Amino acid sequence: MKTAIAFWNIMLKDFRNYYLKPPNISWGIIFPFAWMLMFFLKSQTPVDVRAILPGIMAMSILFGTTSLLSVTITFERRSRSFDRLLLSPISLTWLMLAKTLGAILFGIVNAFVPVLIALFFVNLPHINWVIVFMSVIFIAITSTFLGLFIAVSVSEVFEAQTFSNFFRFPMVFLCGLFIPLGQLPVYVRLLSYFIPLTYGADLLKTAINQDGHITVPISFSILIIFSIVLFLFSKRNIQHKWIY
Amino acid sequence: MEQHILKVENLTKKFNDFLAVDSLNFSVLKNEIFGFLGPNGAGKTTTINMLTGLARPTSGSIFFNGKDYTAHIKKAQEIIGIVPDESNLYEELDGFENLCFCASLYGIEKTEREHRARNLLRQFNLTEAGKRLYKSYSKGMKRKLTIAAGIIHQPSVLFLDEPTTGIDVASARQIRLLIKSLNETGTTIFMTTHYIEEAERLCHRIAFIVKGQIIKIGAIHDLMEDAQKEAIIQFSFDGIVQLSQFEYDFLQQFSQCKLTHIQESVFQVRSAIAHDLMSLMSFFDSRGIKVMEAKIIKPSLEEVFVKITGIEREVMKKEKEGKKK
Repeated sequence: MKTAIAFWNIMLKDFRNYYLKPPNISWGIIFPFAWMLMFFLKSQTPVDVRAILPGIMAMSILFGTTSLLSVTITFERRSRSFDRLLLSPISLTWLMLAKTLGAILFGIVNAFVPVLIALFFVNLPHINWVIVFMSVIFIAITSTFLGLFIAVSVSEVFEAQTFSNFFRFPMVFLCGLFIPLGQLPVYVRLLSYFIPLTYGADLLKTAINQDGHITVPISFSILIIFSIVLFLFSKRNIQHKWIY
Repeated sequence: MEQHILKVENLTKKFNDFLAVDSLNFSVLKNEIFGFLGPNGAGKTTTINMLTGLARPTSGSIFFNGKDYTAHIKKAQEIIGIVPDESNLYEELDGFENLCFCASLYGIEKTEREHRARNLLRQFNLTEAGKRLYKSYSKGMKRKLTIAAGIIHQPSVLFLDEPTTGIDVASARQIRLLIKSLNETGTTIFMTTHYIEEAERLCHRIAFIVKGQIIKIGAIHDLMEDAQKEAIIQFSFDGIVQLSQFEYDFLQQFSQCKLTHIQESVFQVRSAIAHDLMSLMSFFDSRGIKVMEAKIIKPSLEEVFVKITGIEREVMKKEKEGKKK
């Protein structure tokens, strides 16, 4: 019960302090909207909007979660308020879950902004919404844990942004969203398979356009493995770097 | 029998080859204020971090209420409160919200944490400020609220790291009074400080720590008695008195004494043995020197500290000023 109270209040505070702040809400809407508009103006055909939807959704989650989590945790580390959390009796596992759940939910909400925008322009029939929802959840989890990994690896807020981009931009181009995996050189394609976004984006492609390349169970299994590995790696890093 | 709330055995912390804390052994008694006094880099904060769970000891043991918590200090965090050397509450929350949030970290229910937050704001004279954002607080107010946050879960032992460093005199005084009253209501306090006067005023027992080692530990009056190797009596005379007027005769009569001119018409008589004040007074009277005041000088804690550690007051003062900046 005590853990539940602490968990809930950490998450609630983060929501109020960070995720529900007007700049972040507007960013969460403007970012996918700008991308949608850009592609829509370029293509001007309903089919293309549907084709680009998986990419916009995946990018909205990736950029939303990694930016916010890595920056907020680095900020709390700098102001030493994160020490207050480490000094409280809640276990490190629960503390990390509480800190990341807000970002995961933020990522999930972000993912559906492009869907809502797309509904104004096109009909979206024959979509497997269960797989869409599940893949959104897993992309949000892996992206958030990637943000956590970044936050634990840096000490300054500007470093968190720079380091995030170091991961994010190669991921976007290597995950098969813009260049199909089959068209990538073999050694680059190999690298793609070590990126969680590859599996998340492929799941979205399968669910929305039925043109994914990896089977659904394999993608989900690999995303679960990525989530666990990233979480445990970040936890280990916190234990070694922040509880020195 | 005296009850130890905290006991530390051979506590050591190494950072690669650097020995930050070297085999500390001490215990803190229930309901006492225990002071850790030493210069910057002495190992005070590292020790607190190990005792509270922000650092892992390289070796040694930590006991709370007789139970070994070294390997799982997290379990002891329910009974300890921490006020770090820098205020670390949330700038975006107001005072009341900050206290409530800190209480929630200890699993305290909403109604109870709000009740405790209101009481603490009242006790710390922050009722009005409680509605304002923390970032608008002065340094002294921030410090007070950080202390309130450290005790909202009613810990058995409170760790205070440099509680008055960098704040104005009036706020520092208020905080000292708060520490006293917390202790009087049953909270054991472990505090580190640069301020010798603060340690002297507040602490029941003190440990002098230098370069990671405890040089001396004990109750203040014991430390002072140990350091008092000579009796000092200070005389203030009426009018201008020259040492040459009485020095020769004085040393003839009191051969074991030393005379020191402190300032115009103020002299100190030092000796390894305690002299009868009346015989000294009679000596001056016989030479027509009117004594305005005579007082026995006891060594200050500062003198004891300098004597034991070899660190001059100026060094501590410079560090204090450096820390303020």
